[in-house]
Formats: sequence, C-alpha cells, structure tokens
Amino acid sequence: MAAPTPAPVEVDEPDLGEVTEVDTPWIVLVWNDPINLMSYVTWVLQKLFGYSREKATELMLDVHHKGRAVVANGSREKCELDVFRLHEHGLWATMQHDR
Amino acid sequence: MRGPVRRTRKGDFELRLSERERQLLASLAAQLRGALEADTDAGGAKDPTLRRLFPTAYPDDERRDLEYRSMVHDDLLARRRAALDTVEQTLEATRLDEDELLAWMGAVNDLRLVLGTRLDVSEETELVADPADPDAPVLAVYGYLGFLLESMVSALSG
Repeated sequence: MAAPTPAPVEVDEPDLGEVTEVDTPWIVLVWNDPINLMSYVTWVLQKLFGYSREKATELMLDVHHKGRAVVANGSREKCELDVFRLHEHGLWATMQHDR
Repeated sequence: MRGPVRRTRKGDFELRLSERERQLLASLAAQLRGALEADTDAGGAKDPTLRRLFPTAYPDDERRDLEYRSMVHDDLLARRRAALDTVEQTLEATRLDEDELLAWMGAVNDLRLVLGTRLDVSEETELVADPADPDAPVLAVYGYLGFLLESMVSALSG
C-alpha cells in the first residue's frame, strides 16, 4: 500500500521570471485581419489556450485595436504547435524570436 | 434575434436551417473541396484565395517558413477536407453533436476566409451592397456565413 505523501515542509519556489527569460525565446503573435469575427477569435483563444473569457477578450481587443497581440510563448517547438493550431482555426498567426 | 444554432438541454446542438440554406452550404462545400483538390502542393497554396488556409508562420525566415509549411500542409489539408466531409454527411441534420458542430464551424470559417479574400474585404466593407455591385451576391453569402458562424460561437460559448 502506498504511504500518503508527506506534506513538504519547505518549498523552493522556482523563479518563473528567470526561467521564462532563458527557456522561452519565442513568441506567438495573432494579427488583425478583416475577416475573422471578434467573437470567433475570442472563442478560439479560449479553446486553444484555456484563457478565461475576460483574458481572451482582452487579447482579441489588442489584436483589433493594436493590430496584433502576443498570445503565447515558449520553446520553438511549442510555439510552432501553437501557430499550427491557430492556423487550423484560420487565425492569422506567426512566430518570432522574443527580442 | 434567435440564431439558427442553439445548444439543447441534452448538450447537443439544434441546427435550424431552411432547405435553401442547406443547398447553399452544400454548393459552397463542394466548391471549396474542388478548389482544395486543384491545389494540393506542399509548398503552399498557388491559388491566392486559398492562402489564408495555409498561412505563413515565419514571415522573416523563408527557410524555416518553407520547412513549416511543408510539414503542416498535409495536416491542414486533411483537417479541412474532414470538416467538409462532416458537413456533407450531416447536411440534412437538425441535431449535431459537439464534434460535428466544430467541423461545421471550421468549414464555415474556411469559406469566409476564402470568400473574404476573394472579395478583398476590409473592416470598412459594408455587407449590404448596392444590388448593382457585381460582388453583391458573394457579399450576401459572405455576410450570411458570418451570421451563421456568430450563432455557432454563441451556442458553444453559452
């Protein structure tokens, strides 16, 4: 029988900020386009990335008003998969180094 | 106004479309299938109106972009064909399960991307065109697809 896992006494919290710097040199951008519906873009961002409706709406409005928004980041492999999923759904997405 | 798509209490989706709407969608699906068949090169779409269906991932890196596009082209094509298959198989359905609705949604959005590109729509494009405008019939179809998609999004989000 498996013993219950003891609760950790002390947790070393990883510094996510630093990890992000080193491990996530790519960003995924969604660009404004005159065809995709605002509601559809919001729905796709919620579905693909698990964003709340508020967060997805905020990103969609950034796309709409500023012309683009960063919707995801990570390794090149992860970003490529994200771009592919956005392309599957017909969004205008690209990726680039986060410089 | 109540849209044509609504989530039922059972969790599937009611699809209320007239025979004319179904015929229109059948014809559009067949046209998109034909356009996809005629243009299956892995290097990206030759037909400029299909370009939005096979987009660029790396606008500043031609080599990587070619790699990306040859890697995903067949998957994108297969997914788009599968969505059209589902639409054609359920064309007369009054109920759709969620996977079927998602396929319909994909096909409707693909059609909007192709027609919108063909019409060269901008954010200022008026969907109610002058009847004398030669693009008026296509614009009307484009507008209708937007209405249908809006109803699908709202049924899925509600």
